[in-house]
Amino acid sequence: MRKRYLIDRGSRGVLLVCATVSVAVLLAIAVFIFKESLSAFGEIGLLDFLLGTKWDPNPVGDASPSYGILVMIVGTVLVTMGALIIAIPLGLGCAVLLADVAPHRFRQLLRPAVELLVGIPSVVYGLVGLVLIVPLIRQIGGPGLSLAAGIIVLAAMIMPTIVSISEDSIKAVPRAYREGALALGATRWQAIWRVVLPAARSGIAASIVLGMGRAVGEAMAMVMVVGMAKAMPNSPLDPARPMAPSIALETNYASGTHLSALFAIGVVLFLFIVILNSVAIVVFKRGARA
Amino acid sequence: MPRISPGLTQKLALAGIWGTGIVAMLILLVIVAYVLVKGVADLDWALLSTAPRGGTSGEGGISTVIASTFYLIGLTMVITVPLGVGAAIYLSEYAPDNRATRLIRYGTEVLAGVPSIVFGLFGFALFVTALHFRFSILSGALTLACLLLPTLIRTSEEALRSVPHTHREAALALGATRWQTVWRVLLPAAMPGIVTGIILSVGRAVGETACLFVTMGGSTALPTSVFSGGRTLSMHLLYLVMDTNAFGKALATGLVLIITIVAINAATNWLSQRFRARMTGGA
Repeated sequence: MRKRYLIDRGSRGVLLVCATVSVAVLLAIAVFIFKESLSAFGEIGLLDFLLGTKWDPNPVGDASPSYGILVMIVGTVLVTMGALIIAIPLGLGCAVLLADVAPHRFRQLLRPAVELLVGIPSVVYGLVGLVLIVPLIRQIGGPGLSLAAGIIVLAAMIMPTIVSISEDSIKAVPRAYREGALALGATRWQAIWRVVLPAARSGIAASIVLGMGRAVGEAMAMVMVVGMAKAMPNSPLDPARPMAPSIALETNYASGTHLSALFAIGVVLFLFIVILNSVAIVVFKRGARA
Repeated sequence: MPRISPGLTQKLALAGIWGTGIVAMLILLVIVAYVLVKGVADLDWALLSTAPRGGTSGEGGISTVIASTFYLIGLTMVITVPLGVGAAIYLSEYAPDNRATRLIRYGTEVLAGVPSIVFGLFGFALFVTALHFRFSILSGALTLACLLLPTLIRTSEEALRSVPHTHREAALALGATRWQTVWRVLLPAAMPGIVTGIILSVGRAVGETACLFVTMGGSTALPTSVFSGGRTLSMHLLYLVMDTNAFGKALATGLVLIITIVAINAATNWLSQRFRARMTGGA
């Protein structure tokens, strides 16, 4: 009789430990990345690191190495913004089509397709970009491996995520909203634009934040198509070098200050994502209450 | 500017929606069709059954890569499933509504958004370097387990929460302790939902590359222990693209990945339909 109460007590403790693991991992990530980056920040200096335009950790001859990541920050911001500019309108159009406009049959056909596309590994998107998009861009001009190729691949990669989550939240808007608008004499489009979409806005915003997070953090697909040049891109046809793929490419062989500098890029990326997510969580809480 | 009638606006807007929807679908169709058509040429039994031999032309197949993938994912799941399901049970059945619980939830949500490569850096610093596991399947599995944890917690918690309250009340009324209720009543009832979440995590694990690229090494040899290096199918695709000119084999590997994802989605859809029927059918 006593034994089962002891088990009951013990199990609660074990489960609590399980629940704290994810917080512990988050803290451990923060601690490790910061700790490993300290020597780089100390040696390079925060401003020279963030605003330096030259990244040359292993210079030829006896020149001293440079660790400026402005080119990478610009690269990450440009590919992410570009991908969002393409993926948001296409993705939202697609979501409204699937949730509200298209006949049921059409939806039944396309919904599994969108689910599949959410699950396809990013390296597959990168590969298709490399063999399909890059040659097309090379015909327009430049080396082909470029900012534009990165933007197109990222847009295709995050679009299914935006479609899937936005569609769910549009579907979740109560029928009465739509019917009320139509009963007041609104056209179908007015009901969608003025009533349904505003009601689904927190879910739509969530899908965009999620897509943005994926775009900022994507490393391997970018390694394949974006060119990884060290110079600042002057046009969409020039190659670029975003942060995440730079870390991925160099970590395996780096050492000393170089390795520490890669962790410092990780810190910038980590802080960016934590701020993005915290803002998103606060905004959705407010959206959910309203 | 003349006022456009609502009827005309509607026509234009709906045309726009059909247009964007169809463009989006076409783009995505092209991606899958391309991999399907080009990849199928190199996809045969020889590819699946021989080991990669390296070289710039990407000689050999993907047999040891498939073995490493299974090994890695098996080990990852052994680590992450008990932790994830345990955390989900705590959050759905035990957690009081207080500051500590909110901190746990916030931490889990933020962790879900951390990029794969940042997990990779963490794994590289802790498992590969500080704990001396070197580039190995163990380092990869531990890193991947951290990455999958938040998703697994969320899906398992949803499954537990969808079990009707009457189940809990009936068990408690019969004199069961909290743990007996969880173990004998809630877990069996929520099992299809939890399994769906686990299969979804396997799907994500199959597609992950960045965090493994910096923790697993990339050896093509058949792994002999958890301390062997290795590479997954996604990593192999990347290596083929970066180090060889075997684009045909890369596309065939991509096709294997897509087929895996199709199978995983089919399994989860089937399971979650059954789960929903069970939860709403009253049985």
